[in-house]
Amino acid sequence: MPFVKPAAQQRSYDVIVVGSGAGGGQTAYTLCMDGAKVLMLEAGRKYTPETETPMFQTPDLAPLGGVGTPGKPFGFYDATVDGGWHVPGEPYVRTTEDHAGRFEWWRARMLGGRTNHWGRISLRDGPYDFKPKSRDGLGFDWPISYEDVAPWYDKVELLIGVYGSSEGLENTPNSPPGCLLPPPKPIVSDYLIAQRAKRLGIPAIPAHRAVLTRPLDHTRNPQLLHPGNVQAQKILAADMRSRAACLWATPCGRGCSIRANYQSTTVHLPPALATGNLDITTDAMVYEVTLGPDGRATGVSFVDRKTGKHEHASARVIVLAASACESARILLNSKSARFHEGLANSSGKVGRYLMDTVGSDVWGQVPLLESLPPLNEDGADGHQLYTPWWLYKEQLAGKLGFARGYHIEIGGGKHMPGFETGSRLEWLTGGNYGAKFKQDVRRYYGSFVYFDGRGEMIPNEQSYCEIDPGGAKDKWGIPVLRFHWGWSEHERRQAAHMQRTFAGLIEAMGGKPHSVETNGAKAIAPGGSIIHEVGGAIMGSDPKVSVTNKWCQTWDVPNLFITDGAVFASNADKNPTLTIMALAWRAADHILERMRRKEL
Amino acid sequence: MDRRTTIKWVLAVSAAWPAIHRGFGQATAAAAAVARQGDSDAQGYGTDPDLVTAHKRGEYWPLTLTSAQRRLAAVLCDLIIPADEHSAGASAAGVVDFIDEWVSAPYPRNREDRPIVLKGLAWLDTEGRRRAGSAFADLAAGAQHAICDEICDARRAAPKQRSAAQFFALYRDLTAAGFYSSAAGRKDLNYIGNVPLASFDGAPPELLKKLNLA
Repeated sequence: MPFVKPAAQQRSYDVIVVGSGAGGGQTAYTLCMDGAKVLMLEAGRKYTPETETPMFQTPDLAPLGGVGTPGKPFGFYDATVDGGWHVPGEPYVRTTEDHAGRFEWWRARMLGGRTNHWGRISLRDGPYDFKPKSRDGLGFDWPISYEDVAPWYDKVELLIGVYGSSEGLENTPNSPPGCLLPPPKPIVSDYLIAQRAKRLGIPAIPAHRAVLTRPLDHTRNPQLLHPGNVQAQKILAADMRSRAACLWATPCGRGCSIRANYQSTTVHLPPALATGNLDITTDAMVYEVTLGPDGRATGVSFVDRKTGKHEHASARVIVLAASACESARILLNSKSARFHEGLANSSGKVGRYLMDTVGSDVWGQVPLLESLPPLNEDGADGHQLYTPWWLYKEQLAGKLGFARGYHIEIGGGKHMPGFETGSRLEWLTGGNYGAKFKQDVRRYYGSFVYFDGRGEMIPNEQSYCEIDPGGAKDKWGIPVLRFHWGWSEHERRQAAHMQRTFAGLIEAMGGKPHSVETNGAKAIAPGGSIIHEVGGAIMGSDPKVSVTNKWCQTWDVPNLFITDGAVFASNADKNPTLTIMALAWRAADHILERMRRKEL
Repeated sequence: MDRRTTIKWVLAVSAAWPAIHRGFGQATAAAAAVARQGDSDAQGYGTDPDLVTAHKRGEYWPLTLTSAQRRLAAVLCDLIIPADEHSAGASAAGVVDFIDEWVSAPYPRNREDRPIVLKGLAWLDTEGRRRAGSAFADLAAGAQHAICDEICDARRAAPKQRSAAQFFALYRDLTAAGFYSSAAGRKDLNYIGNVPLASFDGAPPELLKKLNLA
């Protein structure tokens, strides 16, 4: 089975999966490998990384030097097509344009969704992260623990390929031996950063990213992942053999035509399609889950974006993985006599507790890194080291003034020159122009270091989405979301702490920070802009205050599941994608078991 | 997101071409509002351009500078990035086409920059005629430098030349953006990446030793 138009869909499927990114891709993969018949509906177009990825294209081959525009916000060569902060014809509403209360919603209308361009940072949530309320009294505990999810973290790492190391640091889980690939070797700036950070008591350890630093073990991994399922092992082994290891060039955000990093389109969907159990319909904009008289979901309604026709597909089980806010939107738009306020929303919590990551960055210039000899520092797209949160004890003792931590993403090195390389250097070069300016750029090229703080936001009552009460609709006539957003003092203080810490790191390197903003309200990036939005249908142990149970199954509708970030009950500093995949795999295993028992 | 995407986020979300560049007027909050509608790129390359085929300047929107403006643009960008023993100058690296494409583009940021660049170029000619009786491009090198020296540092420029200085800062940035995006710029900086490698060795041990990092 393959890519099908609506008219070629089967009368009914075992499972419909809405969305094809990290959550949808993982769900469909797991289900199909175990024999379930799956229909995947993707709102965007079909996308083929093998032929569409600009691998070695230089910026002079792109319009405007490849810099971002409203049509391609992360740059011309970014993998995202038909997506961005603004999707033509698909508006959304927000209550304010102010920095402090604004929400930015990134969407990717394409097969594979945001996985085509994401940063590939793949961190496990730790034991504290699943029980944050028990630890400090704030937010919500998940109904599951780290130990409950750990086996699926192992599986995801073995399937997609993640480089990194196990360092035994607090709340920073080790992976079992054989799960992780070796990390890439550090570059010059990494050594300097690690040396000076150590003097400040700040660790710098290998980053974890979903990039193949060597080929996956196609003999061992398929057996570990699909014990007793010879057919699945065979399909996966063949697929793993066809993924090449990193060739140490080209930015991962463009996607990867040799399939050396994880994208749903290069890792999840090919083997799922090879089972013959997966149909994919692209350009299918789902807007409603339909409900039968027995209170069970019967299928989904969608608009065929090519024809504008409204279509319906049926299945025994419906899984939403359309991205946290889009899944919430579908539920809120699925109104019936039984569910006046939207499907699976008897708690009133659909759309509630949206969280993003606290983002705040400082960059600076370091004289020790000036005028180094020519070096190829492309590596695996320049992310060798990171700093996990290191102040758990001080924080718990109340010494920091904010309750949750952050990690630091470290950058530096001589990357491909481009639009920004010689721009905005006045703070270093003054008014130089001419031969002197050219010498300046040579001197400073590669001497910049970047510290990106990525921190935990505590869920709050001010941050949520709802169907726009003003009645705004998208071009398909589907009611759109309105976003509300607010940070608490915990996030603002955390952002200010990031700024001070990063400035201190740069100064410890003998460098000069470009600018430091110690007012946390100004230092924090707007909500949504780190593109880690989760929540909106949180899991819990009490149906009155949560939308799903620990299996991502909605409390109200037994055959309706959610396997994207919407179910997150907290948003640890760790980037959410790996956890989305681990939870999706776990939920899909549960669906399979319940289907075998004829309970679904 | 990694740090480079973050930088692009800063540029894209807030249309945050810094205030320093907003000399010859007309910076407004309109950029953000238009971008939010998402249809502002109707005349641009859209949301799904061909990414693998080499692009030719002028392919998506016509270049609009006059031949006189292009001649002046070339002179000025070569004053900013001249040829030297390492690499070509800016105009030989295609920077005039780059700047023409930039100021002709339909996007909010480009529409903001266009009047600054056009008025700045016109100001240079006016200033050349006022001082030495000819357009800027026809001035002797010394006279060209004399004008540039007065406006090359926005922080030190005289109040009446603030707009001209802000134009110069923008123009220097655009010249650098075009030049360091080009093959000449990569050569100038001895960039040796963007080639497939069998292995990645990280920092050379002898260099680490020299820097006391080993």
